[in-house]
Amino acid sequence: MKKDIILSGVGGQGILSIAAVIGEAALQQGLYMKQSEVHGMSQRGGDVQSNLRISDSPIASDLIPKGNADLILSMEPMEALRYLPYMNENGWIVSSSTCFKNIPDYPADVQIIDEIKKCPNHVLVDAEEIAKQCGNTRGANIVLVGAALPFLDMPVETVENAIRYIFSRKGEQVVEANLAAMRAGYDHSMKHKQ
Amino acid sequence: MEKLLLLADEAIALGALDGGLSGVYAYPGTPSTEITEYIQQSPQGKASEVHCKWSANEKTAMEAAVGLSFVGKRAMVCMKHVGLNVAADPFMNAAVTGINGGLIVLSADDPSMHSSQNEQDSRFYGKFALIPVLEPSNQQEAYDMAYEGLELSEKLGRPILLRITTRLAHSRSGVIRKPCKPQNAMKMPANKRQFILLPAIARGRYAELLASQDKFQESSENSVYNTFTDGGNKQTGIIAAGIGYNYLMENFPQGCPYPVLKVGQYPLPLKPIEKMAAECESIMVIEEGYPLIEDAIRGMLPPKKPIIRGRGDGSLPRQGELNPDIVAKAFGIQKTEGKPMPEVVKMRPPALCQGCGHRDMYAALKDVVAEYTQAKVFGDIGCYTLGALPPYTAIDSCLDMGASITMAKGAADGGLHPSIAVIGDSTFAHSGITALLDAVNENSPITVIISDNETTAMTGGQDSADFGKIESICRGIGVPENHIRVLVPLKKNYEEMKQVIREEIEHNGVSVIIPRRECVQTLKRKKK
Repeated sequence: MKKDIILSGVGGQGILSIAAVIGEAALQQGLYMKQSEVHGMSQRGGDVQSNLRISDSPIASDLIPKGNADLILSMEPMEALRYLPYMNENGWIVSSSTCFKNIPDYPADVQIIDEIKKCPNHVLVDAEEIAKQCGNTRGANIVLVGAALPFLDMPVETVENAIRYIFSRKGEQVVEANLAAMRAGYDHSMKHKQ
Repeated sequence: MEKLLLLADEAIALGALDGGLSGVYAYPGTPSTEITEYIQQSPQGKASEVHCKWSANEKTAMEAAVGLSFVGKRAMVCMKHVGLNVAADPFMNAAVTGINGGLIVLSADDPSMHSSQNEQDSRFYGKFALIPVLEPSNQQEAYDMAYEGLELSEKLGRPILLRITTRLAHSRSGVIRKPCKPQNAMKMPANKRQFILLPAIARGRYAELLASQDKFQESSENSVYNTFTDGGNKQTGIIAAGIGYNYLMENFPQGCPYPVLKVGQYPLPLKPIEKMAAECESIMVIEEGYPLIEDAIRGMLPPKKPIIRGRGDGSLPRQGELNPDIVAKAFGIQKTEGKPMPEVVKMRPPALCQGCGHRDMYAALKDVVAEYTQAKVFGDIGCYTLGALPPYTAIDSCLDMGASITMAKGAADGGLHPSIAVIGDSTFAHSGITALLDAVNENSPITVIISDNETTAMTGGQDSADFGKIESICRGIGVPENHIRVLVPLKKNYEEMKQVIREEIEHNGVSVIIPRRECVQTLKRKKK
């Protein structure tokens, strides 16, 4: 088992929390993992990415080579497209459908969504809306974790345990809200993947 | 044993704690900040009273660490690569004094300049100071090198330079711990004159440092971090240092067919390199940063054979950080890339946060600057450096920590008016105070804006050393009371702000304007 995942988004959208949950789940399964993050200047509203690699054998590089990623998991649709050169031919895009417009020349939403739809393997998730429906307005990133699960060969229970472990400090209510967000994201992907 | 999921920065912190550390000294700087933060948050560090408060700058941090070593305790000092320039004076001289308690100097390089002004390679500082350098390739080695580095420093009697790069510093992986060592008890230097670098004594200490080189060489030849793995194909021998080794092995998942020397400790081990040179047609050097190894062996080996390749001869790019794709190309390995990035994807550069006080400061400043024909604004290092980008395009320089004030002074000396400096509160504490003193002593007609967000914001909100002290520092240096003007940078205050900036530009001497409003990021965290 070997999964290369590119996490992308805009600084402040919480992609490092996504990485923390999937990484913790991988660790609980006894898998090897490497995860490179972006800290510092680019976190200030710029594009950010994290390379997450999970495998049952030792991993050499902290960075994913081009053409290798099995999954692009993105909090923002234009940011998903930025990493297409890294995706392998059977790879999936799982992306939030909400455009984050903090630059003056951001293209029309429909142009971005059309480009994503050109990729045969994609799931678009209205992560913010789904999070809201779960009563967890700040849980869009955890909805995305759930939406990624069908493509990760990872049991749902392991990810549930990881969420419990990571959010336990914040109380039972936060844990339950995040579990609900994750399951809703999972259901969405199962319904929409062809 | 349980594996901990740690950034290399965190692994270094834990390795040093487990290795008997008594104190860490640092000024925040990407990508080194998380080392000290980890120790600050560590219950283990707290329980054993490990020093972990931020220092005013890298030089004060280095000197305090040498002081802790003086009394026989184990110390670590952490900084980003350009911070080592600030600390270069005590660093170079600590190599000559030698240490008492083990001392690790951690320098985190930033190839590709993700958050920096240059991509200088700290390994040259190790060579310059004539001390051993350790360079990990993964998180476990980062832990091990910090853990063992403190003892190695004591064994060799000198500071050890531990060099990492951004990609490793900010990458997580599983780390297995070693048993905790106790801290050293206080013990004064056996030689009472060891730390007195009076020329007559310094000559003796320097001679000892030179004589120690054989010992350092022997340590490298036998180091577990320098490993030679033979390969059947002698066309090429490979020397891979630090994280470069990972990119090499990524391209040979079934094992590398060529002989490989993995380098993690300097001075360079000579025996395996001589063996490789005798057997191989060419040598490829994969190293992050400058072509340090490549140039060293080019000078060492006969000129014709083997042919030496690397970042110096163009086999690998000279600039920017390495990655697995670049290394694949150097070996002629064909890869299938994914689809190209669609044209609709636009650049998304970093920007000042919505609601940030620097934004309001720049909005007012820009309007006033436009009223003059040749006003220049000298910037500094921090979030507010982003004022160079649209929509503000408000600064004309960014050189190094503190340079805004001194560059403004030099430009004013040359006749520029208005000559304006913009500096943050933490940068002012780091290197702006002496600059302001120079300006005050000559009554230079400059306007200094200390844009105070009450924290070191760019690196994530660490304490600022001059918090609550800025006005009294300025007064103490000799800035007249009526030319120290405090403002609240908010849209509703624009007219007042502009008026104050105009008045102080027209003052024929040093003025300090302090727009003060807490960083929106630290404020948000407090409210949570």
